Amino acid sequence: MINPGQLASTDAMERARLLTALYVAQEQYGYLTDEAVQRVAERLHMAPGKVYETATFYSMYRMQPMGRYVIQVCEGLSCHLAGGAERLLDYLVERLGISPGETTEDGLFSLVSVQCLAACDVSPAMRVNDTLYTDLTFDEVDSILDRLGGR
Amino acid sequence: MFEPILLRRVDLPRSETIEVYLANGGYQALRQALAMSPDDLVAMVKRSKLRGRGGAGFPTGLKWSFMPRDAEHKYLAVNTDEGEPGTFKDRKLIEEDPHQVIEGAIIAAYAVGAEHAFVYIRGEFFLGVKRWNKAINDAYAHGFLGKDIMGSGFDLDMTVHRGAGAYICGEETAMLNSLEGRRGEPRIKPPYPAQVGYHQEPTLVHNVETLANVPHIVLNGDEWYRGVGTENSTGPKIFCVSGHVYRRGVYELPLGTPLSTIIHDYAGGIPGGKQLKAVIPGGASTPFVTAKNVDVPMDFESLAAIGSALGTGAIVVMDEDTCMVDVALRAARFFAHESCGKCTPCRVGGRRILDLLQRIVDGAGAPGDTERLYSLCDGIAGHTFCPMGDAMVAPIRSSLDLFADEYQRHLPGGCAAAH
Repeated sequence: MINPGQLASTDAMERARLLTALYVAQEQYGYLTDEAVQRVAERLHMAPGKVYETATFYSMYRMQPMGRYVIQVCEGLSCHLAGGAERLLDYLVERLGISPGETTEDGLFSLVSVQCLAACDVSPAMRVNDTLYTDLTFDEVDSILDRLGGR
Repeated sequence: MFEPILLRRVDLPRSETIEVYLANGGYQALRQALAMSPDDLVAMVKRSKLRGRGGAGFPTGLKWSFMPRDAEHKYLAVNTDEGEPGTFKDRKLIEEDPHQVIEGAIIAAYAVGAEHAFVYIRGEFFLGVKRWNKAINDAYAHGFLGKDIMGSGFDLDMTVHRGAGAYICGEETAMLNSLEGRRGEPRIKPPYPAQVGYHQEPTLVHNVETLANVPHIVLNGDEWYRGVGTENSTGPKIFCVSGHVYRRGVYELPLGTPLSTIIHDYAGGIPGGKQLKAVIPGGASTPFVTAKNVDVPMDFESLAAIGSALGTGAIVVMDEDTCMVDVALRAARFFAHESCGKCTPCRVGGRRILDLLQRIVDGAGAPGDTERLYSLCDGIAGHTFCPMGDAMVAPIRSSLDLFADEYQRHLPGGCAAAH
Protein backbone atom coordinates (compact mmCIF):
# COMPACT_ATOMS: atom_id res chain seq x y z
CA MET A 1 0.00 0.00 0.00
CA ILE A 2 2.94 2.30 0.58
CA ASN A 3 6.13 3.25 -1.11
CA PRO A 4 8.19 5.11 1.48
CA GLY A 5 11.30 7.13 0.84
CA GLN A 6 11.00 8.22 -2.77
CA LEU A 7 14.43 9.79 -2.42
CA ALA A 8 16.20 6.56 -1.60
CA SER A 9 17.43 4.58 -4.57
CA THR A 10 15.51 1.60 -5.89
CA ASP A 11 18.34 -0.70 -4.81
CA ALA A 12 18.14 0.61 -1.27
CA MET A 13 14.38 0.21 -1.17
CA GLU A 14 14.71 -3.37 -2.40
CA ARG A 15 17.24 -4.11 0.27
CA ALA A 16 14.88 -2.72 2.91
CA ARG A 17 12.63 -5.68 2.11
CA LEU A 18 15.34 -8.21 2.90
CA LEU A 19 14.32 -9.16 6.44
CA THR A 20 10.76 -9.78 5.30
CA ALA A 21 11.92 -11.74 2.26
CA LEU A 22 14.08 -13.95 4.46
CA TYR A 23 11.08 -14.74 6.66
CA VAL A 24 9.08 -15.74 3.58
CA ALA A 25 11.91 -17.90 2.26
CA GLN A 26 12.35 -19.56 5.64
CA GLU A 27 8.66 -20.33 5.75
CA GLN A 28 8.81 -21.93 2.30
CA TYR A 29 12.05 -23.85 2.68
CA GLY A 30 11.89 -24.65 6.40
CA TYR A 31 15.29 -23.04 6.86
CA LEU A 32 17.57 -20.82 4.80
CA THR A 33 19.07 -23.32 2.40
CA ASP A 34 21.62 -22.23 -0.19
CA GLU A 35 18.84 -22.26 -2.74
CA ALA A 36 16.63 -20.07 -0.54
CA VAL A 37 19.42 -17.53 -0.09
CA GLN A 38 20.09 -17.61 -3.83
CA ARG A 39 16.45 -16.99 -4.69
CA VAL A 40 16.13 -14.09 -2.24
CA ALA A 41 19.29 -12.58 -3.72
CA GLU A 42 17.88 -12.84 -7.25
CA ARG A 43 14.55 -11.34 -6.31
CA LEU A 44 16.12 -8.36 -4.55
CA HIS A 45 18.99 -7.96 -7.04
CA MET A 46 21.57 -8.46 -4.34
CA ALA A 47 24.73 -10.54 -4.16
CA PRO A 48 24.05 -13.85 -2.35
CA GLY A 49 26.93 -13.02 -0.01
CA LYS A 50 25.16 -9.86 1.10
CA VAL A 51 21.99 -11.80 1.81
CA TYR A 52 23.92 -14.43 3.75
CA GLU A 53 25.83 -11.78 5.68
CA THR A 54 22.59 -10.24 6.88
CA ALA A 55 20.71 -13.46 7.54
CA THR A 56 23.42 -14.86 9.80
CA PHE A 57 23.35 -11.74 11.98
CA TYR A 58 19.86 -12.46 13.28
CA SER A 59 19.00 -15.33 15.58
CA MET A 60 15.53 -15.96 14.16
CA TYR A 61 16.82 -17.02 10.76
CA ARG A 62 17.70 -20.67 10.78
CA MET A 63 20.67 -21.73 8.75
CA GLN A 64 20.11 -25.44 9.38
CA PRO A 65 17.05 -27.66 9.57
CA MET A 66 15.02 -27.46 12.74
CA GLY A 67 12.19 -29.51 14.16
CA ARG A 68 8.61 -28.90 13.22
CA TYR A 69 8.09 -27.40 16.67
CA VAL A 70 10.84 -25.17 18.02
CA ILE A 71 10.63 -24.91 21.80
CA GLN A 72 12.33 -21.89 23.35
CA VAL A 73 12.92 -21.69 27.09
CA CYS A 74 14.11 -18.48 28.75
CA GLU A 75 17.16 -18.77 30.97
CA GLY A 76 17.39 -15.03 31.67
CA LEU A 77 17.89 -13.48 35.06
CA SER A 78 14.27 -12.80 36.01
CA CYS A 79 13.13 -16.29 35.07
CA HIS A 80 16.06 -17.76 36.96
CA LEU A 81 15.26 -15.77 40.12
CA ALA A 82 11.59 -16.66 39.94
CA GLY A 83 12.60 -20.30 39.93
CA GLY A 84 11.30 -23.03 37.72
CA ALA A 85 12.93 -21.96 34.46
CA GLU A 86 15.93 -24.27 34.85
CA ARG A 87 13.71 -27.07 36.06
CA LEU A 88 11.52 -26.54 33.01
CA LEU A 89 14.55 -26.79 30.73
CA ASP A 90 15.80 -29.89 32.58
CA TYR A 91 12.37 -31.43 32.29
CA LEU A 92 12.23 -30.84 28.55
CA VAL A 93 15.75 -32.24 28.13
CA GLU A 94 14.70 -35.37 29.96
CA ARG A 95 11.36 -35.76 28.28
CA LEU A 96 12.56 -35.10 24.73
CA GLY A 97 15.89 -36.81 25.20
CA ILE A 98 17.81 -33.96 23.56
CA SER A 99 20.01 -31.13 24.76
CA PRO A 100 19.41 -27.45 24.01
CA GLY A 101 20.40 -26.82 20.39
CA GLU A 102 19.35 -30.31 19.27
CA THR A 103 16.40 -31.77 17.39
CA THR A 104 14.60 -35.02 18.11
CA GLU A 105 15.31 -37.86 15.67
CA ASP A 106 11.78 -37.79 14.28
CA GLY A 107 12.29 -34.12 13.41
CA LEU A 108 9.35 -33.06 15.53
CA PHE A 109 10.94 -30.96 18.28
CA SER A 110 13.93 -28.68 18.58
CA LEU A 111 14.94 -27.31 21.97
CA VAL A 112 16.57 -23.90 22.33
CA SER A 113 17.52 -21.95 25.44
CA VAL A 114 17.13 -18.20 24.91
CA GLN A 115 17.98 -15.07 26.83
CA CYS A 116 14.75 -13.15 27.22
CA LEU A 117 11.18 -13.69 26.03
CA ALA A 118 9.93 -10.42 27.65
CA ALA A 119 7.75 -12.67 29.81
CA CYS A 120 9.52 -12.01 33.11
CA ASP A 121 6.21 -11.63 34.95
CA VAL A 122 4.80 -14.98 33.88
CA SER A 123 7.73 -17.40 34.05
CA PRO A 124 8.42 -20.23 33.80
CA ALA A 125 7.60 -19.62 30.17
CA MET A 126 8.32 -21.29 26.88
CA ARG A 127 7.51 -20.50 23.32
CA VAL A 128 6.57 -23.15 20.79
CA ASN A 129 6.86 -21.62 17.32
CA ASP A 130 4.54 -18.57 17.47
CA THR A 131 2.82 -19.36 20.75
CA LEU A 132 3.93 -18.24 24.20
CA TYR A 133 2.97 -20.49 27.12
CA THR A 134 3.23 -18.93 30.58
CA ASP A 135 3.21 -19.87 34.28
CA LEU A 136 3.86 -23.47 33.26
CA THR A 137 3.59 -26.60 35.34
CA PHE A 138 5.07 -29.93 34.25
CA ASP A 139 1.54 -31.28 33.72
CA GLU A 140 0.81 -28.46 31.31
CA VAL A 141 4.08 -29.08 29.49
CA ASP A 142 3.10 -32.73 29.15
CA SER A 143 -0.27 -31.92 27.69
CA ILE A 144 1.21 -29.39 25.25
CA LEU A 145 3.79 -31.90 24.03
CA ASP A 146 1.19 -34.67 23.80
CA ARG A 147 -1.11 -32.45 21.79
CA LEU A 148 1.69 -31.58 19.38
CA GLY A 149 2.29 -35.29 18.82
CA GLY A 150 5.05 -35.89 21.33
CA ARG A 151 5.82 -39.06 23.14
CA MET B 1 -4.06 4.97 44.91
CA PHE B 2 -2.72 6.45 41.67
CA GLU B 3 -5.22 6.42 38.82
CA PRO B 4 -3.45 4.90 35.80
CA ILE B 5 -3.00 7.10 32.74
CA LEU B 6 -1.17 4.94 30.21
CA LEU B 7 -2.71 1.67 31.38
CA ARG B 8 -6.20 3.03 32.04
CA ARG B 9 -7.78 0.97 29.27
CA VAL B 10 -5.81 -2.27 29.37
CA ASP B 11 -8.26 -4.15 31.57
CA LEU B 12 -11.28 -3.32 29.43
CA PRO B 13 -12.62 -6.17 27.31
CA ARG B 14 -11.22 -5.97 23.75
CA SER B 15 -9.02 -3.05 24.81
CA GLU B 16 -6.91 -3.52 21.68
CA THR B 17 -9.70 -2.60 19.28
CA ILE B 18 -10.29 0.80 17.74
CA GLU B 19 -13.94 0.68 18.87
CA VAL B 20 -12.98 0.47 22.53
CA TYR B 21 -10.28 3.09 22.06
CA LEU B 22 -12.70 5.53 20.40
CA ALA B 23 -15.34 4.89 23.05
CA ASN B 24 -12.81 5.81 25.73
CA GLY B 25 -11.48 9.11 24.52
CA GLY B 26 -9.30 7.80 21.71
CA TYR B 27 -8.07 10.03 18.87
CA GLN B 28 -9.44 13.18 20.50
CA ALA B 29 -5.91 14.31 21.24
CA LEU B 30 -5.06 13.90 17.56
CA ARG B 31 -7.94 16.17 16.56
CA GLN B 32 -6.70 18.81 19.01
CA ALA B 33 -3.08 18.42 17.93
CA LEU B 34 -3.89 18.84 14.24
CA ALA B 35 -5.60 22.13 15.10
CA MET B 36 -2.35 23.37 16.64
CA SER B 37 0.76 24.48 14.79
CA PRO B 38 3.68 22.05 14.88
CA ASP B 39 5.76 24.69 16.68
CA ASP B 40 3.16 25.03 19.41
CA LEU B 41 3.09 21.26 19.82
CA VAL B 42 6.87 21.07 20.16
CA ALA B 43 6.74 23.89 22.72
CA MET B 44 3.99 22.14 24.65
CA VAL B 45 5.88 18.85 24.85
CA LYS B 46 9.02 20.74 25.87
CA ARG B 47 7.09 22.41 28.70
CA SER B 48 5.72 19.04 29.80
CA LYS B 49 9.33 17.93 30.47
CA LEU B 50 8.53 14.46 29.12
CA ARG B 51 11.70 12.39 28.88
CA GLY B 52 12.32 9.26 26.83
CA ARG B 53 11.20 6.01 28.44
CA GLY B 54 13.47 3.65 26.51
CA GLY B 55 16.43 3.97 28.82
CA ALA B 56 18.37 7.13 27.99
CA GLY B 57 15.81 9.63 29.30
CA PHE B 58 16.46 12.28 26.67
CA PRO B 59 13.98 15.23 26.74
CA THR B 60 11.34 14.49 24.12
CA GLY B 61 10.51 18.08 23.14
CA LEU B 62 14.18 18.86 22.65
CA LYS B 63 14.53 15.82 20.39
CA TRP B 64 11.59 17.07 18.31
CA SER B 65 13.19 20.50 17.97
CA PHE B 66 16.39 18.90 16.60
CA MET B 67 14.51 17.68 13.53
CA PRO B 68 15.31 20.04 10.65
CA ARG B 69 12.32 22.01 9.42
CA ASP B 70 13.23 22.26 5.78
CA ALA B 71 14.23 18.67 4.91
CA GLU B 72 12.20 17.21 2.06
CA HIS B 73 11.86 13.74 3.58
CA LYS B 74 11.59 13.00 7.28
CA TYR B 75 10.70 9.83 9.15
CA LEU B 76 9.57 8.56 12.50
CA ALA B 77 10.75 5.22 13.87
CA VAL B 78 8.78 3.62 16.68
CA ASN B 79 11.10 1.44 18.71
CA THR B 80 9.21 -1.68 19.78
CA ASP B 81 12.35 -3.80 20.03
CA GLU B 82 11.90 -4.40 23.73
CA GLY B 83 14.57 -6.81 24.92
CA GLU B 84 16.24 -5.41 28.02
CA PRO B 85 16.08 -8.28 30.52
CA GLY B 86 13.38 -7.60 33.09
CA THR B 87 11.38 -5.34 30.76
CA PHE B 88 7.91 -6.21 29.47
CA LYS B 89 6.03 -2.90 29.43
CA ASP B 90 6.07 -2.16 25.70
CA ARG B 91 4.70 -5.61 24.97
CA LYS B 92 1.79 -4.80 27.27
CA LEU B 93 1.19 -1.42 25.65
CA ILE B 94 1.12 -2.71 22.09
CA GLU B 95 -0.78 -5.89 22.80
CA GLU B 96 -3.45 -4.27 24.97
CA ASP B 97 -3.75 -0.69 23.73
CA PRO B 98 -1.94 -0.19 20.41
CA HIS B 99 -4.03 2.79 19.32
CA GLN B 100 -2.71 4.90 22.19
CA VAL B 101 0.80 4.45 20.78
CA ILE B 102 -0.36 5.03 17.21
CA GLU B 103 -2.11 8.25 18.21
CA GLY B 104 1.04 9.44 19.98
CA ALA B 105 3.10 8.51 16.92
CA ILE B 106 0.83 10.44 14.54
CA ILE B 107 1.02 13.53 16.76
CA ALA B 108 4.81 13.27 16.97
CA ALA B 109 5.05 12.82 13.19
CA TYR B 110 2.85 15.89 12.65
CA ALA B 111 4.95 17.96 15.06
CA VAL B 112 8.20 17.20 13.19
CA GLY B 113 6.74 16.86 9.69
CA ALA B 114 7.50 13.18 9.16
CA GLU B 115 5.88 11.54 6.13
CA HIS B 116 6.26 7.92 7.15
CA ALA B 117 6.35 6.12 10.48
CA PHE B 118 8.17 2.81 10.71
CA VAL B 119 7.24 0.53 13.55
CA TYR B 120 10.23 -1.66 14.33
CA ILE B 121 9.03 -4.57 16.42
CA ARG B 122 10.94 -7.36 18.05
CA GLY B 123 10.67 -10.44 15.84
CA GLU B 124 9.55 -12.66 18.71
CA PHE B 125 6.47 -10.53 19.45
CA PHE B 126 4.09 -12.54 17.29
CA LEU B 127 0.94 -11.28 18.96
CA GLY B 128 2.30 -7.73 18.98
CA VAL B 129 2.88 -7.85 15.21
CA LYS B 130 -0.71 -8.96 14.67
CA ARG B 131 -2.10 -6.29 16.98
CA TRP B 132 0.03 -3.56 15.40
CA ASN B 133 -1.01 -4.51 11.87
CA LYS B 134 -4.70 -4.74 12.73
CA ALA B 135 -4.60 -1.42 14.60
CA ILE B 136 -2.80 0.34 11.75
CA ASN B 137 -5.29 -0.97 9.19
CA ASP B 138 -8.18 0.20 11.36
CA ALA B 139 -6.56 3.61 11.82
CA TYR B 140 -6.30 3.91 8.02
CA ALA B 141 -9.95 2.88 7.64
CA HIS B 142 -11.00 5.62 10.06
CA GLY B 143 -8.91 8.27 8.33
CA PHE B 144 -6.34 8.66 11.13
CA LEU B 145 -3.57 7.53 8.77
CA GLY B 146 -3.07 8.08 5.07
CA LYS B 147 -3.85 11.21 3.09
CA ASP B 148 -5.29 14.40 4.58
CA ILE B 149 -5.71 13.05 8.11
CA MET B 150 -8.97 14.34 9.64
CA GLY B 151 -9.13 17.06 7.01
CA SER B 152 -5.90 18.68 8.20
CA GLY B 153 -3.94 18.32 4.99
CA PHE B 154 -1.33 16.26 6.89
CA ASP B 155 -0.37 12.93 5.29
CA LEU B 156 1.25 10.04 7.13
CA ASP B 157 1.83 6.40 6.32
CA MET B 158 2.72 3.78 8.89
CA THR B 159 4.19 0.32 8.36
CA VAL B 160 5.32 -2.50 10.61
CA HIS B 161 8.80 -3.91 10.21
CA ARG B 162 9.63 -7.11 12.03
CA GLY B 163 13.06 -7.55 13.57
CA ALA B 164 14.64 -10.98 13.57
CA GLY B 165 16.21 -11.56 16.93
CA ALA B 166 18.96 -9.16 17.97
CA TYR B 167 18.95 -7.17 21.23
CA ILE B 168 21.28 -4.60 19.72
CA CYS B 169 18.55 -3.46 17.32
CA GLY B 170 16.99 -1.62 20.26
CA GLU B 171 19.91 0.80 19.88
CA GLU B 172 18.56 3.48 17.58
CA THR B 173 21.21 3.48 14.87
CA ALA B 174 21.38 -0.33 14.79
CA MET B 175 17.61 -0.28 14.35
CA LEU B 176 17.94 2.07 11.39
CA ASN B 177 20.41 -0.30 9.74
CA SER B 178 18.05 -3.18 10.36
CA LEU B 179 15.16 -1.19 8.87
CA GLU B 180 17.30 -0.75 5.78
CA GLY B 181 17.75 -4.52 5.52
CA ARG B 182 21.28 -4.61 6.86
CA ARG B 183 23.02 -6.26 9.79
CA GLY B 184 21.85 -4.49 12.91
CA GLU B 185 25.17 -2.94 13.79
CA PRO B 186 25.26 0.52 15.36
CA ARG B 187 26.45 3.57 13.46
CA ILE B 188 28.83 6.05 14.96
CA LYS B 189 27.23 9.13 16.54
CA PRO B 190 27.24 11.99 15.73
CA PRO B 191 25.56 12.47 13.34
CA TYR B 192 22.42 11.64 15.30
CA PRO B 193 19.35 10.17 13.59
CA ALA B 194 17.59 13.55 13.76
CA GLN B 195 20.14 14.68 11.15
CA VAL B 196 21.10 11.47 9.38
CA GLY B 197 18.72 8.59 9.94
CA TYR B 198 16.75 6.16 7.81
CA HIS B 199 18.25 6.18 4.32
CA GLN B 200 20.29 9.22 5.35
CA GLU B 201 17.17 11.30 6.02
CA PRO B 202 16.29 12.99 9.33
CA THR B 203 14.55 10.45 11.56
CA LEU B 204 12.90 10.81 14.93
CA VAL B 205 13.27 7.66 17.02
CA HIS B 206 11.03 7.03 20.01
CA ASN B 207 10.27 4.27 22.46
CA VAL B 208 6.68 3.01 22.57
CA GLU B 209 6.02 4.20 26.13
CA THR B 210 7.30 7.69 25.35
CA LEU B 211 4.80 8.03 22.50
CA ALA B 212 1.99 6.66 24.69
CA ASN B 213 2.41 9.73 26.93
CA VAL B 214 1.97 12.23 24.10
CA PRO B 215 -1.85 12.10 23.62
CA HIS B 216 -2.36 12.70 27.34
CA ILE B 217 -0.15 15.78 27.30
CA VAL B 218 -2.06 17.20 24.34
CA LEU B 219 -5.48 16.44 25.87
CA ASN B 220 -4.82 17.59 29.41
CA GLY B 221 -2.09 20.17 28.94
CA ASP B 222 1.53 20.37 29.96
CA GLU B 223 0.70 21.93 33.33
CA TRP B 224 -1.43 18.94 34.29
CA TYR B 225 1.34 16.61 33.11
CA ARG B 226 3.95 18.37 35.22
CA GLY B 227 1.67 17.79 38.20
CA VAL B 228 2.42 14.07 37.94
CA GLY B 229 5.87 12.93 39.11
CA THR B 230 8.68 15.15 40.37
CA GLU B 231 9.92 18.53 39.24
CA ASN B 232 12.35 17.23 36.63
CA SER B 233 11.06 13.69 36.17
CA THR B 234 7.50 14.40 35.15
CA GLY B 235 4.66 12.07 34.30
CA PRO B 236 3.76 8.47 34.92
CA LYS B 237 6.08 5.51 34.42
CA ILE B 238 5.31 1.89 33.83
CA PHE B 239 7.45 -0.19 36.17
CA CYS B 240 7.95 -3.88 35.42
CA VAL B 241 8.55 -5.86 38.58
CA SER B 242 10.03 -9.35 38.48
CA GLY B 243 12.26 -11.61 40.55
CA HIS B 244 11.64 -12.28 44.24
CA VAL B 245 8.25 -10.63 44.83
CA TYR B 246 4.77 -11.97 45.45
CA ARG B 247 3.10 -10.20 42.53
CA ARG B 248 5.24 -9.82 39.44
CA GLY B 249 3.79 -7.52 36.82
CA VAL B 250 3.49 -3.98 35.48
CA TYR B 251 2.62 -1.08 37.78
CA GLU B 252 2.03 2.42 36.50
CA LEU B 253 3.00 5.04 39.07
CA PRO B 254 4.25 8.61 39.09
CA LEU B 255 7.98 9.03 38.61
CA GLY B 256 9.49 9.59 42.03
CA THR B 257 7.55 6.80 43.74
CA PRO B 258 9.91 5.18 46.27
CA LEU B 259 11.35 1.85 45.17
CA SER B 260 10.34 0.29 48.49
CA THR B 261 6.71 1.35 47.93
CA ILE B 262 6.66 -0.39 44.55
CA ILE B 263 8.22 -3.56 45.92
CA HIS B 264 6.15 -3.84 49.10
CA ASP B 265 2.85 -2.04 48.53
CA TYR B 266 2.33 -2.97 44.88
CA ALA B 267 4.33 -6.13 44.22
CA GLY B 268 3.46 -7.57 47.64
CA GLY B 269 6.95 -7.75 49.10
CA ILE B 270 9.44 -10.59 49.21
CA PRO B 271 8.16 -14.15 49.63
CA GLY B 272 9.05 -16.20 52.67
CA GLY B 273 9.62 -13.19 54.90
CA LYS B 274 13.13 -12.91 53.52
CA GLN B 275 15.26 -9.78 53.54
CA LEU B 276 16.10 -7.78 50.45
CA LYS B 277 19.65 -8.04 49.18
CA ALA B 278 19.69 -6.05 45.94
CA VAL B 279 17.51 -4.60 43.22
CA ILE B 280 18.17 -3.91 39.56
CA PRO B 281 16.13 -0.72 39.17
CA GLY B 282 16.01 -0.20 35.41
CA GLY B 283 16.89 -3.33 33.46
CA ALA B 284 20.02 -5.48 33.33
CA SER B 285 22.27 -2.60 32.30
CA THR B 286 21.65 -0.49 35.40
CA PRO B 287 23.85 -0.80 38.52
CA PHE B 288 22.41 -2.55 41.58
CA VAL B 289 20.60 -0.76 44.37
CA THR B 290 21.18 -2.32 47.80
CA ALA B 291 18.87 -2.55 50.82
CA LYS B 292 20.18 0.65 52.38
CA ASN B 293 18.97 2.66 49.37
CA VAL B 294 15.66 0.86 48.87
CA ASP B 295 13.65 4.00 49.66
CA VAL B 296 15.18 5.80 46.67
CA PRO B 297 12.57 7.72 44.64
CA MET B 298 12.28 6.09 41.22
CA ASP B 299 13.14 9.06 39.03
CA PHE B 300 16.01 10.02 36.76
CA GLU B 301 17.84 12.31 39.21
CA SER B 302 17.46 10.31 42.43
CA LEU B 303 18.78 7.10 40.86
CA ALA B 304 21.68 8.92 39.22
CA ALA B 305 22.53 10.43 42.61
CA ILE B 306 23.10 6.96 44.11
CA GLY B 307 25.12 5.79 41.12
CA SER B 308 22.42 3.88 39.28
CA ALA B 309 19.87 4.75 36.58
CA LEU B 310 16.15 4.62 35.84
CA GLY B 311 16.77 2.81 32.56
CA THR B 312 13.57 1.19 31.34
CA GLY B 313 12.03 1.01 34.81
CA ALA B 314 12.46 -2.76 34.93
CA ILE B 315 12.79 -3.66 38.60
CA VAL B 316 14.36 -7.03 39.34
CA VAL B 317 14.23 -7.91 43.04
CA MET B 318 16.73 -10.26 44.70
CA ASP B 319 16.36 -11.66 48.21
CA GLU B 320 19.03 -12.36 50.82
CA ASP B 321 19.74 -15.87 49.49
CA THR B 322 20.68 -14.69 46.01
CA CYS B 323 24.28 -15.26 44.91
CA MET B 324 25.35 -11.98 43.37
CA VAL B 325 28.25 -13.56 41.50
CA ASP B 326 25.76 -15.87 39.84
CA VAL B 327 23.59 -12.84 38.97
CA ALA B 328 26.64 -11.13 37.45
CA LEU B 329 27.34 -14.31 35.47
CA ARG B 330 23.81 -14.32 34.05
CA ALA B 331 24.05 -10.68 33.08
CA ALA B 332 27.41 -11.37 31.45
CA ARG B 333 25.99 -14.32 29.55
CA PHE B 334 23.24 -12.15 28.14
CA PHE B 335 25.52 -9.33 27.02
CA ALA B 336 28.20 -11.62 25.62
CA HIS B 337 25.51 -13.40 23.62
CA GLU B 338 23.99 -10.17 22.35
CA SER B 339 27.20 -8.32 21.45
CA CYS B 340 26.90 -7.57 17.75
CA GLY B 341 30.62 -8.05 17.25
CA LYS B 342 31.27 -4.81 15.47
CA CYS B 343 33.86 -3.52 17.93
CA THR B 344 36.49 -5.43 19.83
CA PRO B 345 36.12 -4.25 23.45
CA CYS B 346 32.52 -5.43 23.56
CA ARG B 347 32.93 -8.58 21.45
CA VAL B 348 36.10 -9.92 23.08
CA GLY B 349 35.83 -8.18 26.45
CA GLY B 350 32.31 -9.48 27.00
CA ARG B 351 33.45 -13.00 26.27
CA ARG B 352 36.43 -12.70 28.63
CA ILE B 353 34.20 -11.40 31.44
CA LEU B 354 31.84 -14.32 30.90
CA ASP B 355 34.65 -16.88 30.97
CA LEU B 356 36.14 -15.40 34.16
CA LEU B 357 32.80 -15.29 35.95
CA GLN B 358 32.00 -18.82 34.86
CA ARG B 359 35.21 -20.16 36.31
CA ILE B 360 34.69 -18.21 39.54
CA VAL B 361 31.18 -19.63 39.95
CA ASP B 362 32.50 -23.10 39.10
CA GLY B 363 34.95 -22.78 41.97
CA ALA B 364 37.95 -22.62 39.68
CA GLY B 365 38.67 -18.95 40.19
CA ALA B 366 42.24 -17.77 40.73
CA PRO B 367 43.58 -15.08 43.02
CA GLY B 368 43.46 -11.75 41.19
CA ASP B 369 40.32 -12.62 39.21
CA THR B 370 38.36 -9.69 40.62
CA GLU B 371 41.17 -7.35 39.59
CA ARG B 372 41.08 -8.95 36.14
CA LEU B 373 37.36 -8.28 35.95
CA TYR B 374 37.86 -4.65 36.96
CA SER B 375 40.54 -4.29 34.33
CA LEU B 376 38.25 -5.71 31.64
CA CYS B 377 35.48 -3.33 32.72
CA ASP B 378 37.89 -0.41 32.39
CA GLY B 379 38.86 -1.61 28.95
CA ILE B 380 35.28 -1.81 27.73
CA ALA B 381 33.43 1.12 29.30
CA GLY B 382 33.66 4.24 27.18
CA HIS B 383 35.56 2.43 24.45
CA THR B 384 32.77 1.03 22.32
CA PHE B 385 30.82 2.31 19.33
CA CYS B 386 27.48 2.23 21.10
CA PRO B 387 26.18 2.22 24.69
CA MET B 388 26.23 -1.59 24.79
CA GLY B 389 29.76 -1.58 26.21
CA ASP B 390 28.73 0.60 29.15
CA ALA B 391 25.56 -1.45 29.57
CA MET B 392 27.56 -4.67 29.75
CA VAL B 393 29.96 -3.31 32.34
CA ALA B 394 27.36 -1.75 34.68
CA PRO B 395 26.11 -4.89 36.44
CA ILE B 396 29.60 -6.44 36.59
CA ARG B 397 31.38 -3.45 38.06
CA SER B 398 28.50 -2.77 40.39
CA SER B 399 28.55 -6.33 41.72
CA LEU B 400 32.32 -6.09 42.25
CA ASP B 401 31.93 -2.79 44.12
CA LEU B 402 28.97 -3.75 46.28
CA PHE B 403 29.51 -7.46 46.87
CA ALA B 404 33.28 -7.84 47.05
CA ASP B 405 32.84 -10.18 50.01
CA GLU B 406 30.80 -12.62 47.91
CA TYR B 407 33.49 -12.71 45.24
CA GLN B 408 36.09 -13.37 47.92
CA ARG B 409 34.04 -16.27 49.28
CA HIS B 410 34.17 -17.85 45.82
CA LEU B 411 37.94 -17.63 45.58
CA PRO B 412 38.90 -20.42 45.85
CA GLY B 413 36.19 -22.99 46.36
CA GLY B 414 32.68 -23.12 44.92
CA CYS B 415 29.55 -21.16 45.50
CA ALA B 416 26.91 -22.83 47.63
CA ALA B 417 24.15 -20.37 46.74
CA ALA B 418 24.44 -20.84 43.00
CA HIS B 419 23.84 -24.56 42.99
